[in-house]
Amino acid sequence: MSRPTKQIHLAAHFPGVNNTTVWSDPAAGSQIDFSSFAHLARVAERAKFDFFFLAEGLRLREQNGRIHDLDVVGRPDTFTVLAAIAAVTERLGLAGTINSTFNEPYEVARQFASLDHLSAGRAAWNVVTSWDAFTGENFRRGGYLAEQDRYERARRFLQTARELFDSWRGDEIVADKASGQFLREPRPGTFAHHDDFFDISGQFNVPRSPQGRPVIFQAGDSEAGREFAASSADAIFSRHSTFEDGQAFYADIKGRLAKFGRRPDELVVLPAATFVLGDTDAEARERAEVIRHQQVSGATAILFAEQLWNRDLSAYDPDGPVPEVDPLPGENTISKGRASVRMFDDRLDTVRRWRELSEAKKLSLREVVIEVTGRQSFIGSAATVAETINRFVQQDASDGFILVPHIVPGGLDEFADQVVPLLQERGVFRSDYTGTTLREHLGLELPG
Amino acid sequence: MTPRPPLHLALALDGAGWHPAAWREPRARTAELLDARYWTDLVQEAERGLLDFVTIEDSLGLQSDRFDGPDARTDRVRGRLDAVLIAARVAPLTSRIGLVPSIVAGHTEPFHIAKAIATLDYVSSGRGGVRVRAGSGGAEAALFGRRAIPGIAVADLARPETVALITELFDEAADYVEVVRRLWDSWEDDAEIRDVATGRFVDRDKLHYIDFEGRWFSVRGPSIVPRPPQGQPPVTVLGHATVPYRLGARQGDVVYVTPRDADDARRIVEEIRAEQAAAGRGDETVHVFAELVVHLADSAAQAADNRARLDDWAGAAHVSDALVVAGTPAELADLLLDWQPAGLSGFRLRPAAIPHDLEGVTRGLVGELQSRGAFRTAYEAATLRGLLGLPRPANRYAAAAATSSTAAV
Repeated sequence: MSRPTKQIHLAAHFPGVNNTTVWSDPAAGSQIDFSSFAHLARVAERAKFDFFFLAEGLRLREQNGRIHDLDVVGRPDTFTVLAAIAAVTERLGLAGTINSTFNEPYEVARQFASLDHLSAGRAAWNVVTSWDAFTGENFRRGGYLAEQDRYERARRFLQTARELFDSWRGDEIVADKASGQFLREPRPGTFAHHDDFFDISGQFNVPRSPQGRPVIFQAGDSEAGREFAASSADAIFSRHSTFEDGQAFYADIKGRLAKFGRRPDELVVLPAATFVLGDTDAEARERAEVIRHQQVSGATAILFAEQLWNRDLSAYDPDGPVPEVDPLPGENTISKGRASVRMFDDRLDTVRRWRELSEAKKLSLREVVIEVTGRQSFIGSAATVAETINRFVQQDASDGFILVPHIVPGGLDEFADQVVPLLQERGVFRSDYTGTTLREHLGLELPG
Repeated sequence: MTPRPPLHLALALDGAGWHPAAWREPRARTAELLDARYWTDLVQEAERGLLDFVTIEDSLGLQSDRFDGPDARTDRVRGRLDAVLIAARVAPLTSRIGLVPSIVAGHTEPFHIAKAIATLDYVSSGRGGVRVRAGSGGAEAALFGRRAIPGIAVADLARPETVALITELFDEAADYVEVVRRLWDSWEDDAEIRDVATGRFVDRDKLHYIDFEGRWFSVRGPSIVPRPPQGQPPVTVLGHATVPYRLGARQGDVVYVTPRDADDARRIVEEIRAEQAAAGRGDETVHVFAELVVHLADSAAQAADNRARLDDWAGAAHVSDALVVAGTPAELADLLLDWQPAGLSGFRLRPAAIPHDLEGVTRGLVGELQSRGAFRTAYEAATLRGLLGLPRPANRYAAAAATSSTAAV
């Protein structure tokens, strides 16, 4: 049975504060100067990408009780830098991560509605949650949220924000200079929301924005996170970037939509993905290996091992064997402020796998870390990468990708120049924007 | 006689202008008040006039003629955009003028505002600032629902419990600015080292916890944003009485005030200077700018006509917290230079109608002042602090670290 060719969606993720962002390369520029943001956004727009994506972290990471100093540190305020990027782009969507735990719905709603106005309909919100008291130390509320409550708060937060976005229908302002009537009615934007998390009322002060509300992204992968996405999100930012994983996740998440009365095309699935290009596949593989070694220095390898072992391993040689000591059980106490430590659910088992791998392939600790963490998703010539991405999308491993370059600000340049034209030639990626809003780029309907 | 120092001029942007009927003027761009193009045009015009900075008004709640909550009027501009985001949206499209959005210190998070203004400073290459408003109670508090704060009615302003509440709200604002300023200093300028040999991106000894503990909030730090280009973007405060003057004297770089005449201005400046000395900042520059709502035209009669037309539309004469003046640019220049010796270093002008009175400032008043040697003829600095004659400040934590290491030796 033949089915229509899917159009690929692509986004540019500004490289973040993980070890995968290579700052030691001579080509690496500033992580904070606006020129870096403007460069990546302009390249993405020239390549007709759907949107620009920015992550967020509200406390500097710590390892062993000290600020983590091996990776990039420092990032801008999400809303502020997206508003500035709106000034140097015209069509590119502007997606930002905003935490639902350390913000209030009224303020976030007015910031997103403002961003949507100021970008003429290009705003998107990646709703994330956290509960940790560590981050809470920077905020009025502190660390008050039980872990099991975080998705419930996120769900109510989003519900409340939607009520605020919808509190203006869009026809309230008549602004008739002759008669002197500005508003059609006396109390626009009236809202009242009362539940266990939020008890607010009044009049919202931002009139309805071009997209009605921002495009909603969800990024969590737990059962609760998937349900939250299926019920409430327009797009999902997933971590399932391998083909089989991607297909399984795609089928799972799209299969959940019907019970919420939604069609499969009402949720766009976009895994994060990394890439390395070369003139040939072999050259790309060589470059990928060099980049992996830049990403995982000896010090970084020890740090990864400490996260897994949950203990100080600074006395070990990263170029020596995998440490013989056993990991410490219990809550991870060594690393603060990063989500990735939660992936080590079964420490003993993972350590055993690392040892087996080291044995079998004669790998040092650093080489094991390089092997098991963060291998690039797409490695090859432009033709190979274009073909692979298209295969993933046509065979429902995703609807496209959020590409994370390994270098700031020029890390997307080659992809834009070499891969995008091949996708355009195949007719699977737009040659020009057909709409002005992000909802139009993503094929999403305007909310009622 | 020593030549008088040049004046500083700021322009206060709000909707279609400060007169409540300004949106009905034929030239008012009433349908564009929520569009980026509108705000860009206004700020670019102000930049062509070489003004020090623009401020952008904001409020958490819907605009209202009432002090204590929404009114139900349908004849005034209602609805606005977040001022920090307007400033950021305009920043890459301007190059010299300062950008000073309003924020509300009650209810919001000092951590978020500190990183937002630091980022504004980055995207504008050192032209960011902030105008801090204290929070209020009643309807504004209900938007956040975090704590019940009573509303404040104008009629109650003199009551002791109202005075106590206002004092408390301003004390919270002072703590808020303290946290923001510490966060801006929480990274030393040279914290980012990119030392390939040791694999270290930052020197963590140059990142500092701020460990603020106060009555309303505790904030640990450091900021997630490196120290902004200006080090400390200017903090500005509007005040009409002792309590807000004290906030400006303790924490501000510019205090906006609303005198009725030159003598009133002199009295207010003296009060602020006394508060400044009491706060231990006697040797620091704190600018005092007077506020005026301005109607400008080529003839005094035309300016008066414009004002009368707008008052007619509004159904009443416009009264404001600031003095409302109507006249020619030359007359306004006379007034500014007459008031300046009271100790004012500048003015924040509120155009009654935009774009008409904004252009009255940029194309009329500025030329008048220039011809009298009282205003710049070209931008002399690339940062807002530079335009205001404020040096780039030392980092409080770097100074502390240097002192303790000296002590250790």
